[in-house]
Amino acid sequence: MINTAEKRGRWLVLVAAVMLVVVFVLSFALGKYPVPPDTLLHVLWSKLTNAAKDWPDDIELVIFKIRMPRIFAGALIGAGLSAAGAAYQGLFRNPMVSPDVLGASAGAGFGAAFSLYLGLNFAFVSVNAFICGIIAVGTAYLISTKVKQNPTLGMVLAGIMISSLFTSGTSYIKLIADPDNTLPLITYWLMGSISSIRINELVYASIPILSGMFILFLLRWKMNLVAVGEDEARSMGINTKIMRIIIVSAATMITAACVSISGMIGWVGLVIPHFSRMAVGHDYRVMLPMSMIMGAGFLMIVDNFARMLATLEIPIGILTSFVGAPFFLYLILKRGNNV
Amino acid sequence: MKLDVKNLSFSFKSNIILNKINFSSDSGECIFLLGENGAGKTTLFRCILGLLREYTGDVLVDGINCKRLSVKEMARKISYIPQAHSPTFNYSVFQTALMGTNALMNMFSAPGEKERQIVFEKLEMLGISHLAERGYAELSGGERQLVLVARALVQNSRILIMDEPTANLDYGNQFRIMEQVKKLAHQGYLILLSTHNPEHALLFADKVLILKDSKIMMYGTPAETLNPQTIENIYGIDVEVQIVHTNKGNVPVFVPCVG
Repeated sequence: MINTAEKRGRWLVLVAAVMLVVVFVLSFALGKYPVPPDTLLHVLWSKLTNAAKDWPDDIELVIFKIRMPRIFAGALIGAGLSAAGAAYQGLFRNPMVSPDVLGASAGAGFGAAFSLYLGLNFAFVSVNAFICGIIAVGTAYLISTKVKQNPTLGMVLAGIMISSLFTSGTSYIKLIADPDNTLPLITYWLMGSISSIRINELVYASIPILSGMFILFLLRWKMNLVAVGEDEARSMGINTKIMRIIIVSAATMITAACVSISGMIGWVGLVIPHFSRMAVGHDYRVMLPMSMIMGAGFLMIVDNFARMLATLEIPIGILTSFVGAPFFLYLILKRGNNV
Repeated sequence: MKLDVKNLSFSFKSNIILNKINFSSDSGECIFLLGENGAGKTTLFRCILGLLREYTGDVLVDGINCKRLSVKEMARKISYIPQAHSPTFNYSVFQTALMGTNALMNMFSAPGEKERQIVFEKLEMLGISHLAERGYAELSGGERQLVLVARALVQNSRILIMDEPTANLDYGNQFRIMEQVKKLAHQGYLILLSTHNPEHALLFADKVLILKDSKIMMYGTPAETLNPQTIENIYGIDVEVQIVHTNKGNVPVFVPCVG
C-alpha cells in the first residue's frame, strides 16, 4: 500500500534541501562587496578540487574569512533552533511553544551579560552563557519534578519562573554596568547577531548543536507519540519520563549553544516549525528534517538582508522578530483553515 | 488471557479513592464498569494500565504482576482507548493508527512495510480504511473513536480498556461502537469499559462491575446485577425494567419513573 501524504512529504523535503543548497551558495555572493556568481562558482569549485588560486586576495578574504563563518553559523543556528522548537512543541503539546520556554535563552543571556560585566574575553562569555543556559533549564526541570499531577504544566510554569529570575538578573547587571562601554556591549550582545562569529567559536558550538539535533532526529518517530499526550504515549509503550529527559536535554544543549554564540535570535524556533507543519503535516519523521532545512535556509536569507539592507549592519535578532511577528499574525489568522 | 485485580487500593493524600478492589475476568468477556461521577472508574483504569503506580495490591495479567513489567511490556498486554478527544496536532488517520506499532518495535526502530500492513488490516477490519489519508481532527466523534480502537488493536494486546467510549457520540454511533466492541469480545479480546448508560450494559455486557463509595458494590452478569434497586442505589433515580418485544426479539429497557 502506498501512503500519498508520506510520499508527498518526502518529496517536499528533497525540494527544500535542493533550495537550501542554492541559498547556501548564493549567500557567498551577496553582501556589501558583491562577488559575481561566475567568479564565486569558480572559486568554490577550485577550492573543492584543490586547483591553483587565480583570483585576487580580497575575494578570498570576503568569501572565506568574512562570509563563510556567518553563513555556516546562520545554517547551524537556524536548523538548531527550529529543531529544538519543533521538539518542545511536541513535548508540551502546544504549537505556540518556542525553544526558550524552559529558560535556556534567559539563562544564557544572563551568563553573557554577567561575563561582559566582569570584562571577560569573548570565549569566556560564550562558555559562561552556555553553562548558565544549561543551569537555568536544569533548575526548571528539578522544580518540575516536584509537581506530581501534571509534569508538563509544571515544567512550563517552572520555566516561566526561572526565565523571569534570570531576566531580572540581566536587567540589574545592565543597571550597574558602565554606561559608556559595558552597557552597549551587553545590549548589542543580547540583540542577537551572527556577524562577528569566529570560525573556531563556531566549531566548538557545533558539537552540542549537532549532537542535540542528531538525538532529536533519531527519536523523530517517537515524538509523534509524545505529542499525543502523556497517558496515551505511556499506554503505547513510551517511557514518557525518560523521553522527557532526553528531549529536554537535547533541545537545551542546542538552544544554549545557539544563544551562547549568537545572542537572542527570536521567532525562528517558533515560526519555522509552523511553516514546516503547514508544508508537510505533523508527522515528525518528515516534519523535523523539514524544520531543520527551512530554519537553516531562513536564517541564511535573513542574514543576507541583515548585511545588505542598511549602511550599518542590522543585528539579525531584530530582523527575525521584524519578519517573524507579521508571519505569526498571518498564521493565527489562517489557523483553523488547514493547520 | 486472564486479568486479576487483587486487593487494589488507591488513595490520593488522605482521600481513599479505591478500597480493596477484587475481581477477575477472562478473555472474550465484555465488562461494563458503572458508577456515579467521581466513583473512581477512571482511577481504577489508570491503576490497571500502570499510569498510576502508587497503588497497593496487585494487578495480574495471566498471573504476571504488572508492577514487574516495563512500560513497553505493559503496552503489549493492555491497551488503552481514551475518549475521542480533539487533538493538538492533526495527524492523519493512518499516522494515528501507526503509533500503535510502537509497542511492537524496539527503541530506535521506525515502522516499516510490515507495520504499515498491520495498520491497514486493522483499519480494514473496522471498516475505516477509506479514511486513512484524512486528518483525525476532521472526523466525526464516532469515526475518531474507531480510529483509536484501530490504534489499540495495532498494539496487539488482548486486553482493551475503554474510557467512556460512547460519551459525546450521537445515538447511532453509540450503538455502532457498542456492536464493534461486542464483535471484538467474540474474537477473544477482554474488554473493560466504563459507561454512564446502564442500558448499554443491559444490552451488551457479559459482566457488570459496579463501583460505589470506592468499593465494588456488585460484580456479575447483567441479569444478576442490573435491577431497579441497583440503579436507585447508584444514581438515586427511580426506574422500572420493561421487556419490549421487537421484531428481533425481546429487549430489556430501563424506564425512568418521571412525570
